[in-house]
Amino acid sequence: MADAAIAPTTTAAAPARRPQYGSMSKNRRWALRWSYFFLVIFAVFFLMPPFYMFITSLKSSAEISAATNPWWVNSPTLSNYIELLTQNQYLTFFRNSAIVSVFVVIITMAISVIAAFALARMKFWGSATLATGVFLTYLIPDTLLFIPLFKMFAWVNDTFGIQLMNHWWTLMILYPTLTVPFATWIMIGYFASIPKELDEAALIDGATWMQTLTKIFIPVALPGIIAATIFTFTVAWAQFLYPLAFTTSTSELVLPVGIVTTLIKGDVFNWGQIMTGALLGAAPPLIIYAFLMDYYIAGLTAGATKG
Amino acid sequence: MAQVTLRKVVKKYDEVLAVRGIDLDITDKEFIVLVGPSGCGKSTTLRMIAGLEEISGGDIAIGGDIVNDVPPKDRDIAMVFQNYALYPHMNVYENMSFGLKLKRTPRNEIERRVKQAAQILDITELLDRKPKQLSGGQRQRVAMGRAIVRDPKVFLFDEPLSNLDAKLRVQMRTEIKKVHQKVRTTTVYVTHDQVEAMTLADRVVVMNAGLIEQVGSPNDLYHSPATKFVAGFIGSPAMNFIPCQVEQAAGALRVRVNDTLAFPVPADRTARYTPHAGKPNVVLGLRPEHIAETRPHIEPNQHDFSQVIEVVEPMGMETLVYFTLAGIEVCGRVNPNAGATADKAMTLRADLSNMHLIDDSTGKVL
Repeated sequence: MADAAIAPTTTAAAPARRPQYGSMSKNRRWALRWSYFFLVIFAVFFLMPPFYMFITSLKSSAEISAATNPWWVNSPTLSNYIELLTQNQYLTFFRNSAIVSVFVVIITMAISVIAAFALARMKFWGSATLATGVFLTYLIPDTLLFIPLFKMFAWVNDTFGIQLMNHWWTLMILYPTLTVPFATWIMIGYFASIPKELDEAALIDGATWMQTLTKIFIPVALPGIIAATIFTFTVAWAQFLYPLAFTTSTSELVLPVGIVTTLIKGDVFNWGQIMTGALLGAAPPLIIYAFLMDYYIAGLTAGATKG
Repeated sequence: MAQVTLRKVVKKYDEVLAVRGIDLDITDKEFIVLVGPSGCGKSTTLRMIAGLEEISGGDIAIGGDIVNDVPPKDRDIAMVFQNYALYPHMNVYENMSFGLKLKRTPRNEIERRVKQAAQILDITELLDRKPKQLSGGQRQRVAMGRAIVRDPKVFLFDEPLSNLDAKLRVQMRTEIKKVHQKVRTTTVYVTHDQVEAMTLADRVVVMNAGLIEQVGSPNDLYHSPATKFVAGFIGSPAMNFIPCQVEQAAGALRVRVNDTLAFPVPADRTARYTPHAGKPNVVLGLRPEHIAETRPHIEPNQHDFSQVIEVVEPMGMETLVYFTLAGIEVCGRVNPNAGATADKAMTLRADLSNMHLIDDSTGKVL
């Protein structure tokens, strides 16, 4: 009797094993469904503003103010693009932004790579405190900084006769106060993850500190450097507060402030051109992201695991 | 000539003494292995020779010149690291030639040396691969190649085989020995593995707690250890240390282990051990291979005794047996066919011609 009772259960268990693979793939299928579900929500949520910008940029002012479907263009026109790129100082803003951002990237990377190398590798008195200090600097909100900066600029003007106010190139000195601490911090972490034996091997091979940095550390830490570069470029390109506070003449403005100050006149919003300007302004970071994305991801995840 | 000399070398980290004044003479072309448990100061010593650690006291000389303040690159040394430390963005050829390039060696000379080293190490077909495309053993070869091309006065190896699996480790060990026989460069090699030390070294330096315990050829260390530490560190399984009493009874000197068991001291050692009769804290050192199963024919200095075996570990070519003697777990090596069975009494034979007597209070072998 007992045997008979056991026998069916064992035979039932044997075929039951096969559908287990089925249940695993079923599990996986559900996981995939859920991830697609949330990814689609995520993508729609974040693509909506640029899409709205794009739609609006193709509309005439009349169509924008008319009570039509905001998600559809009835009579698409390129007039916003043409006006913006020919009539306004948009190209000046774009040029100012581009020069400022490129130089801020160069200045920031030159300082932070060397600083990070020193702080990560050369053991000197107070190096650990300095490294923490660099990060703490980043925690001070920039809104707190521009009154002291005004004072400093006034002092520079009084003492040396150099007027730093209202020049686009002043921004090249200002932005690194925001970007250098963070870029240095990223690079310290990245350099610290490079095994110590690598620079010791280089040291024995006869490399100087500078050669160790240029021939070993920079190539090995390239993903981290690119991550820091993208971050710096984005901060410099999108910075709004400093240029708003420190530049006023139209010829000295950068893109974010330029769009706001020239296309909003009193309470008249030139929505079509604002959207066009913003869309074109978003292009350079987008292009840079697209090209460096793979490196960027590698840079963000490196140091998480030892590899 | 590339002899390396250490005189009263000290290394202090804050208040901790890592190396406490060691003297060592390494002759030209010699293969020296520094061995000891972790934290004994062996790696620190090697790194001081390399110039990667500053010395806190004493002198280090390479080829007769004191190098205390000479930077690593000017010491004419090459080092192989435990984790290979290959430059990940360079291929094998670039890795091996990096040092020579920095020294502005002519290009054809670099090529000649790299090719030659690659041939010695059998890595010629790997020259244009990146380190990540190589296996652990191949990476280790490249690391050695990087050292060889520089044709240094001294090779320094810092536990180079620790990252490899057991089989590869044995293979690479032979490889390193072969390379040394071909290249004949003074070599200082650090390991915590006593088998590696024994198989590779011309002379082994056993270190413990920042001091050198003993320097000698592998056979010297094995057969005549100077201290209990060396006796216990060299040899696997480790030497048995059995508490005992040396006693003078009926005109013969004996080593008494417990109430019922006492081994007569070999005649050639009587004079040496007599002064220690009756002393407390004396330990009998007997290697497992000197405790075997009984055989019909008995040699001088061999003595049979019976014990209940507690654990039997068959190893194939031999079987290890464990039993308790004087409150200590003792290991013996018997023939696999001797019929050792756990929880059964077995007649064993101790060979005392290779015995050691150790003063446990000083740790010195008597």
